[in-house]
Amino acid sequence: MGTVDLSVTLAGVALKNPIIPASGTFGYGREYAELFDLNVLGAFSWKGTTAAPRDGNPQPRIAETPCGMLNAIGLQNPGIDAIIREEVPNIARIFQGPVIANVGGFTPMEYAETCRKLEEVEQCAILEINVSCPNVHAGGRNFGSDAGAAAEVAAAVRRVTRKPVFMKLSPNVADITEIARACADAGADGFCLINTLLGMRVDLKTRRPVLANRTGGLSGPAVFPVALRMVWDVYEAVKLPIIGCGGVSSAEDAAEMMLAGATAVEIGAANLRDPYACKRIIEDLPGVCRRLGVDRISDLTGAAHDQ
Amino acid sequence: MKSSLFTAERVRALTTDTVELTLAGDTSEIAAPGQFVNIALPGHFLRRPVSVCDWTADRLVLLIRVVGAGTRELAQSEPGAAFDILGGLGNGFDLSAVSESVPDNVILAGGGIGIAPLYGLAKALARQGVTPVAALGFRNRADAFYLDEFRAVGCETLIATEDGSLGERGLVTDLLREHPSRNYVFCCGPLPMLRAVHGLPHLTGGQYSFEARMGCGFGACMGCSMPFRDGRKRVCKEGPVFFREEIVWEQ
Repeated sequence: MGTVDLSVTLAGVALKNPIIPASGTFGYGREYAELFDLNVLGAFSWKGTTAAPRDGNPQPRIAETPCGMLNAIGLQNPGIDAIIREEVPNIARIFQGPVIANVGGFTPMEYAETCRKLEEVEQCAILEINVSCPNVHAGGRNFGSDAGAAAEVAAAVRRVTRKPVFMKLSPNVADITEIARACADAGADGFCLINTLLGMRVDLKTRRPVLANRTGGLSGPAVFPVALRMVWDVYEAVKLPIIGCGGVSSAEDAAEMMLAGATAVEIGAANLRDPYACKRIIEDLPGVCRRLGVDRISDLTGAAHDQ
Repeated sequence: MKSSLFTAERVRALTTDTVELTLAGDTSEIAAPGQFVNIALPGHFLRRPVSVCDWTADRLVLLIRVVGAGTRELAQSEPGAAFDILGGLGNGFDLSAVSESVPDNVILAGGGIGIAPLYGLAKALARQGVTPVAALGFRNRADAFYLDEFRAVGCETLIATEDGSLGERGLVTDLLREHPSRNYVFCCGPLPMLRAVHGLPHLTGGQYSFEARMGCGFGACMGCSMPFRDGRKRVCKEGPVFFREEIVWEQ
């Protein structure tokens, strides 16, 4: 076999390969641009951005777990106006591919306000709507665990943008397909599956929760099979493209996620342990594809399902 | 910052739970005392951030206190063991803040394993003609380490232990109060110690090295972000060393 075609198309957006650093593990690209040329990436998903600046949660925010970690950052970010003013021009300098704008919020109107401002940012090719952050509390209402509320956010964003809208859903639900269906009916173009799983640790010495926020979001290899199962279920339930996200650390994991139904794959916690993780995975992908007998990586998407 | 392989050369026991680990490797990314490295360990997801104690072009010296399974494995390294190390991380101490015209006002304040970066700092200060006083605090005599090393640099060493079994009975803050003319401090230790030292009224300036639980260690994850006078800062990127004037304390 000759060269392997790594390109994929995500809701009409062409990516040179399916590998995307996941929101919250890649900042706005600055730190990684010191280490390697970001143009090897398919895209990157920036740190979750809200309408107003947010300080996030008190310390400590990080705890290690078997095969992973907990985080409780709390959507710390400088707000959409500062992002457009200070980060967007810098992103254009360090990366020429499509950017996925991860957007958080507390009301459907707030999500829409942020997304409306992103309409003018040409490099933002896809909106990734985070209705699933486990570390912030929207007046007791969690958009990610209520199909009606998630659909309201999807509809509100749909009304203000022509960009593809991908809903990043929470795994902390009884039936993720119900929420995915509701978002699809409200006009979503795809899904990012999954956000972190709610977890916690207690410090044996202090007998107190390790995290100041008490709970945090679990990520890393520990969550990979959970994410994979949810990608599988949503692929069967809804005919919209999926970005698989959760514990992917190798090109083999990425291929497995695609076989389960993902069109593209986000790499999260792996970047924190190995800042070169995305670059390494991209370099390994052609070899994995050859071993699997495909010369177009897009042929992997959903191939594990009965035809 | 870059990632490279280091090889353990020597492990020297300092106390029952603290070792000096000497590694061979390329230290060209380390630019200042007070910077740290982030060490990947097999079987542990997150790297372990460790202050640089001392370094030459091809040697790295770290002091490791065993606080959990990861640091225990590090402390039990066999010579020849290879480690994936990300370094030189963080800002390090700013030596330009110490004026050669008034070298007599500098004091180092270290608590426990926090003395590690102060040793590299003492050597760097000595190279610019400043030999500071080192005020070092430990739990007890059995916990004390690196005293001869500080003395070999030329530092006058003041010791405090909580039980009085070595030096004075008391805390590092007591030692600092006894030398009020030493009003510029370089401080590293646990957060309660940093806070107590920061509150001493006779100190007119200083630099404080913070510790925090980190996700990445290079500024990407916001895991170690804390409030400072001019807003949130990342201990791993804008820090770990902060000037006295920048510091505010979360309630």
